[in-house]
Amino acid sequence: MRVTVLVRPKQGILDPQGEAVQGSLRKLGFAVGGARVGRLVDLEVDAPSTHEAKAQVERMCQELLANPLIESFEIEVAET
Amino acid sequence: MSIRPRIAVLVFPGSNDDRDAAWALGALGAEAQLVWHAEEALPRDTAAVVLPGGFSYGDYLRCGAIARFAPVLDAVRELAAAGGPVLGICNGFQILCEAGLLPGVLRRNRDLDFVCRDVRLRVERSDTVFTARCEPGQELTIPVKHGEGSWYADESLYEELEAAGQLVLRYAEDCNGSVGDVAGVCNEERNVFGLMPHPEHAVDPLLGSGDGALLLAALVDAARERTLALA
Repeated sequence: MRVTVLVRPKQGILDPQGEAVQGSLRKLGFAVGGARVGRLVDLEVDAPSTHEAKAQVERMCQELLANPLIESFEIEVAET
Repeated sequence: MSIRPRIAVLVFPGSNDDRDAAWALGALGAEAQLVWHAEEALPRDTAAVVLPGGFSYGDYLRCGAIARFAPVLDAVRELAAAGGPVLGICNGFQILCEAGLLPGVLRRNRDLDFVCRDVRLRVERSDTVFTARCEPGQELTIPVKHGEGSWYADESLYEELEAAGQLVLRYAEDCNGSVGDVAGVCNEERNVFGLMPHPEHAVDPLLGSGDGALLLAALVDAARERTLALA
């Protein structure tokens, strides 16, 4: 099963990387705001159901893929 | 100065201050031994452990996130649980935070720059084995060199650590955007300590400052005491 994890800097936490990207986009003439830079992890998960896959990946996020002090995560399971 | 206590300096793929740390500890009276990350045990009679600076496992995912799975880390946890002193410098500090041995996390520096210079530090607590040779309020000058050294804890964790006296070392000048200008933190039991500055690069006044020797010599003292106590 194809699973995608999106890891984001938690709301309210300063994201200097996002600010730098935003500043650069503005210099290019784009009117953007609220830029945040996170991380994307694609996984192939062997699980009997979507529900089970999601539960497994949730544990992966808590234990390794995200640092709960500063990052939030979102899990997307690709329907097959 | 009768015995030279054995201090293990861990070597991960990507460590680069391991030899400097071993040299400094040797100069301060310890027998420093480099220990590869894949080892499952520490050398016999290891009295303390140093996790050195560098870029373990290429800083993949997050700094220090992968190193916590190194086989040798289990032995380090055991030593720490038994009260043995464990010191993490720079990347070693990041590893100890990711491993849950120290509170908080190190993030990208506020201004996104790689800070590489001498910084002034203030010792907040001298009641750890690492700062036992310092006075509270004492200023030290020790170099930093990091891109991801901005220590973070949310407000409630910060207050908890402050109340417990675990915020051991602060920057006495603006450095990287760390919450509360925190430069070094210890665990609740006060035998595990991590800091971003590099004491091993400041053990000889010829190189600008000898202040790092105060911290490392205190660690050697503690290792020696532990060796004698366990003998």
